[in-house]
Amino acid sequence: MNSSAIAPLLAQVELRDRSDTNCVQDNGTFCLDWAVDNYERYVDPTLEHIVLVIVSVVLGFLIAMGLAVLSHRRRWLIPTFTGLTGVIYTIPSISLFLLLLPFTGRGNDTAVIALTLYTLQIIYRNIVTGLNNVPPEARDAGRGMGMTDNQLLRRVEFPLATPEIVAGLRIATVSTVAIATLAVFAGGSGLGAEMYRSLDFKTGLLITTGLTVIMAIAFDLCLSLFQRFLAPWQAPAPRERRARLAALTRRPADA
Amino acid sequence: MPDVFLTGFLGTFGDAIDFIFTPQTTRFQTEKVGGIDQVLELGGEHVKVTFLALGAAILIALPAGVLLGHYRRGEMVALTLGNAGRGIPELAVIALAAAFLGFGLENVVAALMILGIPPILTNAYVGVAQVDRTAVEAARGVGMRDLEVIGKVELPLAVPTIMSGVRTGAINIVATAAIAPLAGTLTLGDFIISRNVYGDAGVLAGAILIALLAIAIELGLAGLQYLLTPRGLKLSRSLSAA
Repeated sequence: MNSSAIAPLLAQVELRDRSDTNCVQDNGTFCLDWAVDNYERYVDPTLEHIVLVIVSVVLGFLIAMGLAVLSHRRRWLIPTFTGLTGVIYTIPSISLFLLLLPFTGRGNDTAVIALTLYTLQIIYRNIVTGLNNVPPEARDAGRGMGMTDNQLLRRVEFPLATPEIVAGLRIATVSTVAIATLAVFAGGSGLGAEMYRSLDFKTGLLITTGLTVIMAIAFDLCLSLFQRFLAPWQAPAPRERRARLAALTRRPADA
Repeated sequence: MPDVFLTGFLGTFGDAIDFIFTPQTTRFQTEKVGGIDQVLELGGEHVKVTFLALGAAILIALPAGVLLGHYRRGEMVALTLGNAGRGIPELAVIALAAAFLGFGLENVVAALMILGIPPILTNAYVGVAQVDRTAVEAARGVGMRDLEVIGKVELPLAVPTIMSGVRTGAINIVATAAIAPLAGTLTLGDFIISRNVYGDAGVLAGAILIALLAIAIELGLAGLQYLLTPRGLKLSRSLSAA
């Protein structure tokens, strides 16, 4: 998405120093000319990376939502779910990618499964915290209006839990952008594969790293805007910040 | 069909377990590879790199986080750093260290340290900043100075949160130490990265060993956390849980 935005600009850069072949051969710190000439090769890996992240986070969100709804009225399930998702979270990502290989084979499927499993812990825990933080008065008011359990969940509890839920989504997404670079070890594509190909090429490494970091920031920004859009009635700053701090610092065992 | 699947599955994992304990001849290599001796050698290096990096990260991040938390300054710094820390691509850290700093243990340790700092700093900040103000005022009331307040009141009460950060940092570091061979330090990750030497059994063995090591370190640090947590804090927790 980035590259397409600068494409018209690039077309105008006519006066270029053509001596950049030396830079590439000497593996210079950053060969700008090479980068300008070769930006196209990063378009596909970037798009693949975006797809990998979105698919994994959306799947993780749906599963975590399901688990949260299940455990919302059956409180005893909460420690079980937090424990299970926590164990997965302790396994280093590179191990998880490879441990799945005998079942799912090399490729993006394995990458998506591993990345999805990773997002569960953070998202699930935050949905539960969000639901717990709903003020009892709001719940009572809903009941007083004659809402059923399901209506209460949909119209009162989930909307009021959005700060925590979005805080969890933001952390999960940012982590997934980073972890997805390791998908290359499970035969996955994306920026990680491109990074792995340019281990001996500084310019390539800097470009892929830069794209990954920019992507993480862009996702984070989009989600924070999404939250404003979802819950415009909230004065978000203090509660949202508290939710993000809490989400960042807690671990499975503390939940 | 299920039989074929099951033997295939057991076969792969069986090979990996075999690889861990006895040296194997692979179709890729004439010399034997794997076996418990090599596992211990690479594992030792993995543990060494991990603890050096974790130690360095703690030395830098803990005092910084505790001081920020004590004066309740820099919430935005702590928050931004904690969030940004999650976004650092592990592969890039090692690859950039290898490309720009060169091979070598100290470069790997420096790179891994970067992954440990954000969670430790953020958690130290939050842990200290959220200590009950009445406890701090009471400490000042009995005449404690700043350093005593930090050492005797804020730090002990912040142990659970700080240790969570240390554990997160440790897990990041152990996990990323797996790709340290890309920067010339041979850890358990060598089994994974040099697939053409060790074969698929070696790759799977490496994945299993790294997962076990991570879980062991997590459990060890959880035990340490239990020992460091003041007794009163544990008591009040079990009371509030009951």
